[in-house]
Amino acid sequence: MTDILNTLALIGNFIIVPGLAYGSQLALGALGITMVYGILRFSNFAHGETMSFGAMATILITWALQAQGVSFGVLPTALLALPFGILITIALCLFTDRLVYRYYRSQRAEPVTYLIVSVGVMFFLGGLIRFIIGPNDQIFSDGTRFIMKVQAFKEMTGLSEGLAIKTSQGVTIITAIVIVTLLFWFLNRTRTGKSMRAYSDNEDLALLSGINPERVVMIAWIITGTLAAVAGTLYGLDKSYKPFIFLQLLLPMFASAIVGGVGNPLGAIAGGFVIAFSELIVTFAYKKVLAYLLPLSMAPEGLMQLLSTDYKFAVSFLILVIVLLVKPTGIFSGKTL
Amino acid sequence: MSRTQKNSLLFLIMLAMVAGVGIVQSWNVALTIFNLCLISAIMSLGVNIQWGYAGLFNAGVMGFAALGGLAAIIISSSPVAATWEAGGMRAILGLLAGLFAIVIGIFTWKKTVTLEKKRYWPTMVVAVAGYTLMRLIIDPAISTIEAIEPAKTGYLGGFNQPILLSWLVGGIFAAAAAWVVGKIALGLRSDYLAIATLGISEIIIYFLKNEDWLTRGVKNVTGLPRPVPYEIALQQTAWLQSWSDNFGLSIIETSSILVKLSYAGLFATVLVIILWLSETALRSPWGRMMRAIRDNEVAASAMGKNVTWRHLQVFVLGSAVIGMAGAMLTTLDGQFTPSSYQPLRFTFLIWVMVIVGGSGNNFGAVLGGFVIWFFWIEAEPIGLQLMDLITSGMDESSPLRAHLLENAAHMRLMTMGLILLLVLRFAPRGLIPEKKR
Repeated sequence: MTDILNTLALIGNFIIVPGLAYGSQLALGALGITMVYGILRFSNFAHGETMSFGAMATILITWALQAQGVSFGVLPTALLALPFGILITIALCLFTDRLVYRYYRSQRAEPVTYLIVSVGVMFFLGGLIRFIIGPNDQIFSDGTRFIMKVQAFKEMTGLSEGLAIKTSQGVTIITAIVIVTLLFWFLNRTRTGKSMRAYSDNEDLALLSGINPERVVMIAWIITGTLAAVAGTLYGLDKSYKPFIFLQLLLPMFASAIVGGVGNPLGAIAGGFVIAFSELIVTFAYKKVLAYLLPLSMAPEGLMQLLSTDYKFAVSFLILVIVLLVKPTGIFSGKTL
Repeated sequence: MSRTQKNSLLFLIMLAMVAGVGIVQSWNVALTIFNLCLISAIMSLGVNIQWGYAGLFNAGVMGFAALGGLAAIIISSSPVAATWEAGGMRAILGLLAGLFAIVIGIFTWKKTVTLEKKRYWPTMVVAVAGYTLMRLIIDPAISTIEAIEPAKTGYLGGFNQPILLSWLVGGIFAAAAAWVVGKIALGLRSDYLAIATLGISEIIIYFLKNEDWLTRGVKNVTGLPRPVPYEIALQQTAWLQSWSDNFGLSIIETSSILVKLSYAGLFATVLVIILWLSETALRSPWGRMMRAIRDNEVAASAMGKNVTWRHLQVFVLGSAVIGMAGAMLTTLDGQFTPSSYQPLRFTFLIWVMVIVGGSGNNFGAVLGGFVIWFFWIEAEPIGLQLMDLITSGMDESSPLRAHLLENAAHMRLMTMGLILLLVLRFAPRGLIPEKKR
C-alpha cells in the first residue's frame, strides 16, 4: 500500500504538478496564437516574442517596485507588476497592428504574407528585448519559494517520497484558471465576445450584420496582449526569464494550438495540457516507479526513460505530426483552409 | 537604363562596398565577408526555389543547413578505430533496426487499409516495438562509444574522404529530411509547413547536440580537413614569398588572403552552377508549370497537375541546395559546432535575404544574400560607432551609456526586422523584382 502511495507521490511530484503548471503556460500561449488565428487569420510567429516582451515589461516594473520597497508578502512581487506589464503589452500589440498589420488587412493579403510580416515583427521585437534587458537570464521571483516542501510532505504523510509545490506553480495554475474563466465568460456571455465569435466563424456574414471589423480586431489584440503578458510572466516566474527561450516555445505552443484545433479556444487549452503532459510522461525516468511497483528481484537497472529530457521539444513535434497525419483539423475540429 | 544595366549596377555597388571594407578595414576582413556572402547567396537561392518558385514557407532552413554540416563531419573526419571496434557495428545494427521498424510500420499501415480507423493500433504496436528494439540494440553501443576518451574522441568519426564530397552528401541528407517533412505537411494548410519545418529544424539541432557518438555534441568536431592548402604550408613556398614582396604585404597576410581567395573560387563555382541550373529550370516548361501552380493552385490542378507532388519536388530540391550551403559553411569554418545554430541567424536571416533581394528572381536572391550578410556583419561596428556618437554627450561613467554601448550589438536584429518590414510594405517585390514572363 505504501508502495502505491509512494508511486503516486513520485508521479505527482514529477509529472502532475509540473505538468499542470507547464500546461497552463502553454495553454495561455496557445490561446493567444489561436485568438490571432481566429480573428486575423494568420499564424503569428511573433507571439513568442510578444510573450517575452510582456515578461520583460513585468520584470522591469517588478524591479522598480522592489526598489521602492514594495512587496506582495508571500506572493511574488511580479504579480503586482503584472497588470502594468499587461497594459504595456496591449499597447505594443495595438501599436504593431496600427503600424504594420493594418495595411495588410486593407490589402486583403494572403495568410502567408502575414506570416512573413510577423517574422519581421519577431525579429524587431527580439532585438528590442535584447537591447533593453540584455540576452542573459533574469531571475525575478521573490516571496516564499514553496507552498509545500518535500520535507514537510514527508513528515505529514510518513512516505519516503516527497511532493513539492512551488509558489510559482500554484500561482501559475490559479492565474491561468482566472484568466481562462474571464476569457470564456467574455466570449460566451458578452455582446462583444459573441460578435467576435461570429466574426471568427464567418467574416462576411458578421460584416453584413453590422459588426465593426476594426473593433473586433482591436479587442482581439487586447486579449492577445493580455494572454501573452500573463503567459510570458508565468513562464519566467516558474523557470527563469531568458530572451532566447521564447523562440523555442513557439513550437510547443503552435503544436498545442494545432492539436486542439486552430482557432478554437477550448482546443488550445486541451492542446496545451496534452503537449505538456506528453512531454513529461515521455521524458520521465520510470526507474523508481518500477522499483516500487515490481518485486525487488525485477527492479530495473537503467533509467527506464523513453526519451532523454533533451528531446522534450521532439515530443511536441511528434504529437503535431501524428495529429497532422490522423486528424489535421485537431481534436476539437478547428478551421482548415 | 535597361533592366540588365540596373541589375548589374546593383551588383557592382555591392562589390564596391566589399572592396570598400577591404580598403578601410583590411582585405582579410573583406574576403571573410565575401566568402560568407557567397554561402548566404546559395542558401537564399535554396529558399528562393521553395518560396519564389512555389510559394512554400520553409521555417527550418537552420535544420537543413545543420544536416549539411553533419555530412561534412561524417564524410571528412578520420574514423576512430577504438570506438569502431567497441561499438561501431552495434550502432550501425541499431540504426538498421530503426530503419527496418519504419519500413515495417509503413508496410503495416499500407496493408491494413481495410481496418479503417482500427489500423492506428497495429501500426502503433509495430512502431513502439520497433523503437524498443532499436533502443535495446543501440543504447549499450552508444554508451561504450561515448565512454572512449570523451575528451578527445568519444565518437565514431567519419570516412576520411575529401570534404568536397560532403557538399553533395549534405544536399542529399537535407533532401531526405525535406522529403519526410514534406510528405507530412504538404497538401495541408499552407502554414502547417512553416510550423512543421520550424519543428524539424529544432529537433535536428537537438539531435546534433545530444548524439555525441555521431557528432561529439556540444564538444564540437574541430580540425576538419580542408579542400585548400594550409597557410603554414603556403608560407614555406618561394613563390608566395616573392608575391608578398611584390604586393608589399606580410607573408602571413598574403597566405591567408590566398587561402580565402581559393575558398571564394570554390564557392563561386558552386554558386554559378546552381544559379545556372535554377535559371534554366525557371525558364523551362517545368518552371512555367511551377509558377502556374504558385499563382493559382486550383487552376493548375484542374489542368491535371499534381500540386502536392510538385510542391514536394520543389521543396526537396530547395532543401538540397540549403544542405549543400550548410556543408560549405562547415567546410569554411573547419569545425562543426551544433550550438552555433540559431534560428534567427540561420532561418530568418535567410528569409530577409530572399525578400529583400526579390522573391522569385534568382539574381535577386543572390544579391539579397550579399547585401543582407554584408549589413549583418557591418551593422555591429556601425551600430557601435553610432551609439558612441549618440551617447558622447553623456557622462563617461553614466550607467545608461554603458548599457547602451554594451547592448548596441543587438541593434542588428532590430535593423533586420525593420528592413524586412519596410521592404514588405514599400517594395514587396524586392531589389530585383521577378521578371514578368
